[in-house]
Amino acid sequence: MEFLINSLLLLMLVATVFAIVRLKRLMIGVMLMGFFSLLSANIFMVLDAVDVAFTEAAVGAGVSTIFFLAALAIVGRTSKPQNATRTFVPLAAVIITGALLVYASFDMPYFGSHDAPAHNHVVPRYLNDSPNEVGPPNIVTSVLASYRGYDTLGEVGVVFTAFIGVFLLLGAGTRKSGVERPAPPNVQAESMRQKVVLREVSDLLIAPVLIFALYVQWHGDFGPGGGFQAGVIFASGVILYALIYGIVPAQKVFPPRKLAYFPGIGFLLYALVGVVSMMRGGNFLDYGVLVHDPLHGQHYGILIIELGVGITVAAVMINIFFSLSERSL
Amino acid sequence: MIAGLFNYWIVIVLMMAGLYIVMSSGHLVKKIVGLNIFQTAVFILFISMGKIAGGTAPIIDSAITLYSNPLTHVLILTAIVVGVATTALGLAIAVRIHEAYDTVEEDEITAMDAQSLHEENTASLAAESDK
Repeated sequence: MEFLINSLLLLMLVATVFAIVRLKRLMIGVMLMGFFSLLSANIFMVLDAVDVAFTEAAVGAGVSTIFFLAALAIVGRTSKPQNATRTFVPLAAVIITGALLVYASFDMPYFGSHDAPAHNHVVPRYLNDSPNEVGPPNIVTSVLASYRGYDTLGEVGVVFTAFIGVFLLLGAGTRKSGVERPAPPNVQAESMRQKVVLREVSDLLIAPVLIFALYVQWHGDFGPGGGFQAGVIFASGVILYALIYGIVPAQKVFPPRKLAYFPGIGFLLYALVGVVSMMRGGNFLDYGVLVHDPLHGQHYGILIIELGVGITVAAVMINIFFSLSERSL
Repeated sequence: MIAGLFNYWIVIVLMMAGLYIVMSSGHLVKKIVGLNIFQTAVFILFISMGKIAGGTAPIIDSAITLYSNPLTHVLILTAIVVGVATTALGLAIAVRIHEAYDTVEEDEITAMDAQSLHEENTASLAAESDK
């Protein structure tokens, strides 16, 4: 039954992708990308990756679709039809590469097999010892925040770097922020604020979305969730507010100039935990030495670095949304 | 065998569809859509490798003995968030290119670059012959 659901979802995914390949109207293509992400979140759910499904649903179906729409509003909604030579060579290359990959796939361990190499080496240690070594029942959180803490610090660094890139290219809130500019008259008339259903539903949703983000942030040790998901969910609440009420009121609540410091603050908070654990005689990001009891130390360490991750991710997403949408004003 | 490798074959189809979009489309935003599809195919590949038949989500409970592989979940979870940040960077570059060239079609940009290069060359040639 599980295999059947999994296969059906995968086939739907393939159908969606072929529709995206054939579409000339990018607007619909981007909407289909949102659907594509939601489908893949379902597949992750069926394949037991609850944390990943959570992230994909928040990121792919939510924030990333908004970014694409904001960019399309600036660069135009249709792509030119391609000429024949532009389709033939890529098609040949893709078919040859695909055939080679299928040939290679016969060496893969079968789907769901218990003795695949991926399940040996470090994974048994994570599964058997992490409750006594790190603590949280959610092993994904233990591995993410403690065993592979270096790796996660690096990932937060990459998110921060991407933000710096967007900041340098577009300027997060440096052009028009803080100035109460009268919206162009035609924008005012078609503002989403005038749409009763949209306004009322989002009024109902925004506060619970923000509270849910905090729940995901602090409950990540026990269930699916953590800083990455919480940051994206919090940002999507703020983005929803900005979409309905306009970017100027949203920037009053989160002034972009101040918000631009927060990606760095979150990253430094994470790194600071590592420095403090070194000063207390442990290794970098070895939370066990933070307080007298190693398990409590792990718990405090994970809570703080997850907070750092959440701050960075939320601030980066809101900042990028502001930069992209300010350009289209 | 079909049941054992079906996920991987679907992943290959998705990956190649993403690659095809990147290569065949001249529109820069559509290229980023293609990269995103390719990326999601890689995510599904990893999560499929982490699945254990009869296993469950890796959240410790005394009633459960078999868990799926948590390591692949961690790798992909962070990759998704990094992916959206890099996508935004790509979109920002596309927006800047649109502001500079007033188009995001690859061949039009190349034609404009070639033309401005040609004009520069003829101008410098004219300057040299003046000497």
